[in-house]
Amino acid sequence: MLLTRNLTYQYPRSQPILFPDLQVQAGHALLVCGDSGCGKTTLLHLLAGLRRPTSGQIVIGEDRISDLSPSKMDQYRGQHIGIVYQQSYFIESLSVIDNLMISPYAASKSKARKVANRLDIETSLLRYPNQLSVGQQQRASIARSVMTGPKLMLADEPTSALDKKNCMQVIDLLLEEAVANNAALIIVTHDDRLRSEVSNCIDLNTIAN
Amino acid sequence: MLRKIAWKNITYKPLNTALCISLLLFGVGIISLLLLIQHELEQKLKRDLQNIDLVIGAKGSPLQLVLSAIYHLDAPTGNIKLAEARKIMDNPMVEEAIPLAYGDSYRGFRIVGTSRAYLEKYEAQLTSGRTFSKPMEVTLGADIAVRTGLKVGSTFLGTHGEVQEGHVHEDHPYTIVGILQKTNTVLDQLLLTGVESVWQVHSHHGEQQAPIDTIPHAETEKGHEEGHDHAEGHDHDHDHAHEHDHEHVESVMARDSMEITAVLLKFKTKMSVINMPRIINEQTNMQAVLPGLEINRLFYMLGVGATTLKLIAGGIMLMAGFSVFFVLYSRLRDRKFELALMRSVGYRPGQLFALLVLEGVLLAAIGYLLGWLLSRLGLYIINHQAESDFKIQFGTAWAPGEELLLLLTFTVGVISALLPAWKAMRMDVSAILSEN
Repeated sequence: MLLTRNLTYQYPRSQPILFPDLQVQAGHALLVCGDSGCGKTTLLHLLAGLRRPTSGQIVIGEDRISDLSPSKMDQYRGQHIGIVYQQSYFIESLSVIDNLMISPYAASKSKARKVANRLDIETSLLRYPNQLSVGQQQRASIARSVMTGPKLMLADEPTSALDKKNCMQVIDLLLEEAVANNAALIIVTHDDRLRSEVSNCIDLNTIAN
Repeated sequence: MLRKIAWKNITYKPLNTALCISLLLFGVGIISLLLLIQHELEQKLKRDLQNIDLVIGAKGSPLQLVLSAIYHLDAPTGNIKLAEARKIMDNPMVEEAIPLAYGDSYRGFRIVGTSRAYLEKYEAQLTSGRTFSKPMEVTLGADIAVRTGLKVGSTFLGTHGEVQEGHVHEDHPYTIVGILQKTNTVLDQLLLTGVESVWQVHSHHGEQQAPIDTIPHAETEKGHEEGHDHAEGHDHDHDHAHEHDHEHVESVMARDSMEITAVLLKFKTKMSVINMPRIINEQTNMQAVLPGLEINRLFYMLGVGATTLKLIAGGIMLMAGFSVFFVLYSRLRDRKFELALMRSVGYRPGQLFALLVLEGVLLAAIGYLLGWLLSRLGLYIINHQAESDFKIQFGTAWAPGEELLLLLTFTVGVISALLPAWKAMRMDVSAILSEN
């Protein structure tokens, strides 16, 4: 499960952002909504350990990750946090299966095939990322995020580039994978189509301002 | 995984990498070829030099004398009187003296009249037959046997001079009595015979030009005495083995009026190596040359050209370094999302640094490998031409200095990757991933 306390972040020469306390149980999902510029992505990067909070605590399971040193944080992120981005980032010179295996902490290739099977991209494993459709790319990103069996799954606007059909498919897959991996799932979005899919929801606009 | 990513990145866009690899390859290729040729040439020249302290021959260019008498690469400076040469050969400070008489050739290969000591100097072994002992008997160098197909028992006619179109000595056929094993020295390219053979072939020329055949008779007594004296005092001249043989004594008497082309000398002490040249050069009309000195001078002259080429190749290597840098640095922009992704799946900054350095090193390694192959190909082509033009064969083995070149290439690869690698290590992952 994920827990945050009094989390703030201050960019140079600007007002500090105060984030609401979050609590997500393993296997459950939380939707963080808000317009662009309200600090959604900042919050996500704090949770991922890509930025250090100015103050406050982040706890995943038993681990206070806000106290970890940068190199320990890199390792922790690799082992326990899976991230899906708005755009699908891949190493374009590697095949899809190699991209799934990219993490130094990734499980075996047989797991990659199993996950790919669940996400219906097993026929694309030997192709290159830019040969895939946008929907397939996003599913491959989800597959990659669960390759290490994460405790926390983070999704940054995972559906904004997708049409309605793909959008529903991707959100369902994310929820399914969170349950399958017993991971806490946090989806940061301004996509209103998702509100009907995830019951647990925090709106950053109303709280921050 | 890091190695796989590095390799895939290099091979994924081959055109980008082709430029820096080709620059590396030419830089390495040229330097490697120069190192090989220089090494082989030095080895070959040193091997042929053996322990020859001094070369005596007719006055002229000292370098020409060394090139002609030791390496048989140049025309002789002229002939010297045997009687005059003998005075030096019999000097008590002389440990070994090898007479050389040449001027004729067979199909471009030099026929050299000499003594058996010449073969022993290069530790020549026979593959078949025996060493020449009577006039007009010839022992063949290994390469000539291969090139001409001559066998033991074959006969051939010598051609006057070095060119194949020269006058053929039809009255004096040579007979082959033995073939030498390959020595990797100048012997491989020579037809060896006794000095007498050369005199015999040319004797009628002498009569035609200057019919003063009374002189040898007049000097019979002196020649006889000298022959005896000589055989007892020194054993360096093997032709004197049977000093009581009358035919032989006659050939000895005849000798002093005859001419030879050069003498290779080895002295008993270093002092004489220093003193003798001055005495010979001042008191006789022959010249004495220290071959080591001349060869060093030759290396120095060749070295100037080689240094220029090395500078050019060094410039190419520098350009190659820049091109590796540009390729890695410009691709950094395209790859920033990939690198940020790598950070987000758990790679540490140091590992990204290692990835880019590894790519630089891989480029360098490919460049070195191809450059190495290019140098060998170049040498193969040179060998193909040198074989007929200079009678020199270069080996394609590892030359000293090539391991330094390998080190240099890797250093170029690493150094040009350092700045891109540092940028990759220091990038702000969160800022890049926040871009849309």
